[in-house]
Amino acid sequence: MSTVRVLVGTRKGAFILTSDGKRETWDVNGPHFGGWEIYHLKGSPVDSNRLYASQSSGWYGQIIQRSNDGGKTWEQPGTKPSEPTTTPDGTPMGESNKFVYDTSSGSGKPLTTHQWYDGTQHPWEFKRVWHLEPSLTDPDTVYAGVEDAALFRSTDGGQTWQELSGLRGHGSGAQWAPGAGGMCLHTILLDPSNPERIFIGISAAGAFRTDDGGKTWRPINRGLKSQYIPDPNAEIGFCVHRLAMNRSRPNVLFMQLHWDVMRSDNAGDSWREVSGNLPTDFGFPIDVHAHEPNTVYVVPIKSDSEHYPPDGKLRVYRSRTGGDEWEALTNGLPQRDCYVNVLRDAMAVDSLDSCGIYFGTSGGQVYASADAGDHWAPIVRDLPPVVSVEVQTLP
Amino acid sequence: MIRVVLPFHLRTLARVDGEVELEVNGPVTQRSVLDALEARYPVLCGTIRDHVTQQRRAFVRFFACEEDLSHESPDTPLPEAVASGAEPFIVIGAIAGG
Repeated sequence: MSTVRVLVGTRKGAFILTSDGKRETWDVNGPHFGGWEIYHLKGSPVDSNRLYASQSSGWYGQIIQRSNDGGKTWEQPGTKPSEPTTTPDGTPMGESNKFVYDTSSGSGKPLTTHQWYDGTQHPWEFKRVWHLEPSLTDPDTVYAGVEDAALFRSTDGGQTWQELSGLRGHGSGAQWAPGAGGMCLHTILLDPSNPERIFIGISAAGAFRTDDGGKTWRPINRGLKSQYIPDPNAEIGFCVHRLAMNRSRPNVLFMQLHWDVMRSDNAGDSWREVSGNLPTDFGFPIDVHAHEPNTVYVVPIKSDSEHYPPDGKLRVYRSRTGGDEWEALTNGLPQRDCYVNVLRDAMAVDSLDSCGIYFGTSGGQVYASADAGDHWAPIVRDLPPVVSVEVQTLP
Repeated sequence: MIRVVLPFHLRTLARVDGEVELEVNGPVTQRSVLDALEARYPVLCGTIRDHVTQQRRAFVRFFACEEDLSHESPDTPLPEAVASGAEPFIVIGAIAGG
């Protein structure tokens, strides 16, 4: 029988939750990296035992962790303790937590500043890795979305990182500005049908796409609207919260914008709103059913000033029509006095025949549904605030 | 032998218990001590000072002999008691936030 492994990043460590295909009883393992913020951890699609984790701290900065045994043990993929930090010819050895922006003249248009909250220019400063996206084909290749917004790639299992600087250098980078959560690159979608195509989301710059493996990028924000941006044709400046796709239909993208749930049928070239009958179209996560590309999930949140569900009722909303028409999923979820939030990276779907949906809350609960959202139950109730949820379906 | 006391999370990262003892060649300064520390424990690179600028991270402080040395030049000699090993060089995660 298949096994499901749920990877949970929290404000105070990582947890690994496992169950069989029934997804009724769960083993909870953790905390890993106790006391550290784990923004994200994710497994390789081609080697399920290869996991990557972003471990960070306001005090001590960024650490990258890697596991080769499904999370039983972890290592920093850089130089080992007591090994020399330089090669005999003086070349620095790999340093897995070293994310240095490309300022070389040979990389296109390197940038040193972006727009700050007060409209002035501010230096680009690395703060943390928000999202790790392992390659669809190579377990040693992994992408990292970072704050301040940039995309890095490692091709040696996380030992060293190089910026794909064409993103920041595509032309609008100096106008990017942080959202309330910082200027983060939080979403990385790899197109399974086209290895040269990657979609990314940046708060609060917008969505971008490359069609040449990351060398050049263009904004894909046409059709997005923001009450803060009077220009309807603005190229950038949108507070994209999350992007999602179904692997079988990578040209169709769904987006949770700051306000508005959006859909694109042409790989982001244009967007239309599909918020329909949602009680509020503010929110953070969005995901798509593993087998039904028109079945989409969001968690409406009251407003950008009140980050909790409307009316104290935690409801996932599901559309089976690719948007516009939404139904509330409430069975097993708290329907009174619930004031948690669900962050952008804290929802995931498994690929079992009966698709499982998972999400974590700022109150430390991780909920699971083994029947595509019809019924829910908590796997755990009392973890630290959940930042991210990923799931692996293991044979 | 230079004695260094690391905060809990950095001891965990470096997989050490208690104090770290380091050989430092030449003048004993913040920079030479941290260079030796990072050479012994590469995982600590970037956790105490920035990889590129070598600036102390904002919420990390340096103490020795009951003095806050955080704002001293990284090339100022540390107190003789540190250089002789009588007192440790202490790296502290500043208390901030909740």
